[in-house]
Amino acid sequence: MTIDWTSFTPWSALTGGVIIGIAAAMLALLNGRVAGISGIVGGLLRPSFPDFTWRVAFVAGLLVAPILYATVATLPPIIVESGYPVLVIAGLLVGVGTRYGAGCTSGHGVCGLSRFSLRSVVATVVFMIAGFATVYVVRHVIGT
Amino acid sequence: MLAASAFFAGLVFGIGLIVSRMVSPAKVLGFLDLAGRWDPSLAFVMVGAIAIGVVAFGWARKRSVTLLGTPMLLPQAGAVDGRLVGGGALFGVGWGLAGFCPGPAVVALGAGQPKALVFVVAMLAGMLLFEFTERMRARAKAPLPIQTAATE
Repeated sequence: MTIDWTSFTPWSALTGGVIIGIAAAMLALLNGRVAGISGIVGGLLRPSFPDFTWRVAFVAGLLVAPILYATVATLPPIIVESGYPVLVIAGLLVGVGTRYGAGCTSGHGVCGLSRFSLRSVVATVVFMIAGFATVYVVRHVIGT
Repeated sequence: MLAASAFFAGLVFGIGLIVSRMVSPAKVLGFLDLAGRWDPSLAFVMVGAIAIGVVAFGWARKRSVTLLGTPMLLPQAGAVDGRLVGGGALFGVGWGLAGFCPGPAVVALGAGQPKALVFVVAMLAGMLLFEFTERMRARAKAPLPIQTAATE
């Protein structure tokens, strides 16, 4: 294993992580909800859901964040290497998978692990391994 | 009030994703590429977030109402099943393909990244597919098959 020291940003990663933790704490302590993005977005697709308003408000906050951030600082580059067909396939898999698996990196990875939830530990291990394996195949098996 | 607090939580969450740089798929893929030039940053994001999360959820767990006086609606412990593992695996493959998970994709969309729009639309389509199959399952399980089916 070779560590990419030029890309590694431990301090901004840790700071950003703490900010994400604060956001999850806000939603838990003020709204009594887990900050799982896939669950919050997925719930919007169920029109019968009673708590439509707070979900829309949370997603609006996510969408406004880069606009507000850009008024005080320069946004870090958002580099998307994938082409459109790969993005469509990836999006479909993430959509279906997060709903069946009842969570994503935020719901299981951040909130679930913080709650010591067994389901979230299992889900996080599974999606991490699947992610590692996929990148390995794409970059080192097909890519070479 | 709950909408306002949810908006600010979303805003802070998004800023955290930007500060941590996880809003960039290339950064996330750098973490997932163990066999290449590995960027451990994402692990530091998790450590920072979980350090705060453990304290916050430990406190929330002891309360039956939120600080705003509304009911605490955190999930109950459940069993590990095939859906959880299968869904997690599908999500992991999709995550590894493009480097986008739901949060960063929505924030990147807010930043005006056109590729994030394509990803988010596909993700919503995947979520709708789930809603559709769930509805079909519920219908198949219903004790009395719907009579109105003939009129469809």
